[in-house]
Amino acid sequence: MNAKLFGVTLIMAVSILATGSLSLAGDMPEQVSLDTMVKYFSGVKFDHAMHTELGEDCSRCHHHTTGTGTTDSRCVSCHADSDGVANVACRDCHVVDPFSAEHLNQKALSRYQFHIDKPGLKAVYHWNCVGCHETMSGPTGCQTCHTRTPDGDAFFHADASPVDTNWVKQLFDLK
Amino acid sequence: MSGISRRRFLAASVAGCAATTLAGTKKALASGSFSGYPEGMGVLVDLTRCVGCRSCEAACNKEQQLPAPELPFDDKSVFDQTFHDGKQLRRPDENAYTVVNRYQPASSDQPVYRKVQCNHCSEPACLTSCFVNAYTKTKEGAVIYNSKVCVGCRNCMIACPFHIPGYSYSSAFDPVVKKCIFCHETRLKNGLPPACVEICPQEALTFGKRKELLKIGNNRIQTHPGRYVNRIYGEKELGGTSWMYLSPVPFSEVGFDPNPGNDPIINQVKDFLGTVPMVLAIWPAMFAGFHLLAKKHDGHEGHDQTADKTPGDEGDEQ
Repeated sequence: MNAKLFGVTLIMAVSILATGSLSLAGDMPEQVSLDTMVKYFSGVKFDHAMHTELGEDCSRCHHHTTGTGTTDSRCVSCHADSDGVANVACRDCHVVDPFSAEHLNQKALSRYQFHIDKPGLKAVYHWNCVGCHETMSGPTGCQTCHTRTPDGDAFFHADASPVDTNWVKQLFDLK
Repeated sequence: MSGISRRRFLAASVAGCAATTLAGTKKALASGSFSGYPEGMGVLVDLTRCVGCRSCEAACNKEQQLPAPELPFDDKSVFDQTFHDGKQLRRPDENAYTVVNRYQPASSDQPVYRKVQCNHCSEPACLTSCFVNAYTKTKEGAVIYNSKVCVGCRNCMIACPFHIPGYSYSSAFDPVVKKCIFCHETRLKNGLPPACVEICPQEALTFGKRKELLKIGNNRIQTHPGRYVNRIYGEKELGGTSWMYLSPVPFSEVGFDPNPGNDPIINQVKDFLGTVPMVLAIWPAMFAGFHLLAKKHDGHEGHDQTADKTPGDEGDEQ
C-alpha cells in the first residue's frame, strides 16, 4: 500500500518536474516558466526562489495580490484597504493580447476608469524584470534572459550583410 | 451723362456679383472640414517606454514582405547613421515603412528612441495633393493608397508634413510611392493591431480607438507628474493624426516640428482652390455678359450715329 502510494507520488513528482512548470516549496513555486508567448525567443525559466530572497517584499511584483497592500499613490485611493486577491500569477490579470478587438471592446465597457490603461502580459514582464534589473545591475540584454529561436534569427535577419560592391571597384580598378 | 451711369452700373454689378460668390464659397468651405472618423483606430506612441530594440522594424518588414535589410534588425549601429551632412537621421523609404531613431535630448541624460512611420492624418495632405485619387482615408483610420493608379508624380512626398511617403527609385519602369498603410489589408480591417504594435516588447505602442487613446494619454500625463511634457502630439496638430505621441522631453528635441499649427495642410490652399471653380464657372459667363453689354451699347451708338447721319445721307441721296 505504502509502496503504491510512494509510486503514485513519484510519478506525480516526476511529471511535474518534467513539465518544468513549477515545483512547489510550501505554496510558493521555486521556478516559474514564462513561456506563454514563445515564438521568436524561448521561454524564460524564472528562478522564483532566488528572486524572493532578493526582493524586499512580495508586493514589489505581486502588487495588490500577495504581501503588503499597495502603496502606489495612484492605487491607494481605491485599494488602501483591499484584501489580497486569489490571482497571483501575472497572466491571471495581464492578458497576452491586450489589443484584440474582444479585449478592446471589453475595456471600453469597463466601469473602472483607472484600469483603461492596463498593460499586456509581455509588457509587464519586460517592465518588471528589466526595470528592476537596471536598478539592481542585473542582466538586461535580450538573450541573457531568453535565447533567440531559429525563427527569431530569421525574423531579425541575423544573417543580413551589406551588399558587397567591392567587385565593382576591382572590375574598374578604382581606388 | 449716360457714360458715367453705365460705368456705375458695371462697377456695382461686378461688386455685387463678387460679394455673392465669395459669401457662397466661404460657406461651402466651412462645411467641408473633416476631423476624422469617430470610430477610427489609432496608436499612442509612448517615447518613455521605447528601448530602441527595432523589433517593430523587423515585424513591419515581415508583415509587408519587404526586401531583406542590409543589416540585421538587432544591429544598433543604424542609430549612428546620418544623412545630409549629419543633419538628418534615417527616414522611411521603399524598403522600410518604419524606422526607429535615437535622439540625445539636451534636457535629459538618457537617449530617447522614436519610431517614425506614417501618422495617418485625419485630413491627409498626401490625399489632398493626389490628382489621381490614389489615396483613401479608411473608416478604420488608415491612410492607404492604390499603387495601380499611382502615376509616380511624387506630389504627396512634397505635401506630407512628416516627409513620410517613399519612392521606389529602384524600379526603372514602374516607380510608385510606398509608405506605411497601418497594416490595413492584412490586419486593421480584420480588427487586428498592426504588426509593429503586436511585437513591441515594451508596449511603447498602444493600439485602440483614437478617442480612447486620447483618454489614456491624458490619464498617463495626469497620473505620472514629471514623466511627460503636457502635450499629446497629434491630438490637434495638423488637424489631428491617428498616430499620436507622448514624450518625456520637449518634442523639438526628438525631431518633431514643435509648431506645425492645428490646421490641416489643405486649409492653406482651400481658399485658393475654392476660387478655381468660381473662376472657371462664373468668369466666362460674367465676361461674356460684359462683352455682350458692351457690344450691344456699341451697336446702339452706331445705330444712333447712322440714325443721326441718315437724314443728311438720305437727303444727299435724295
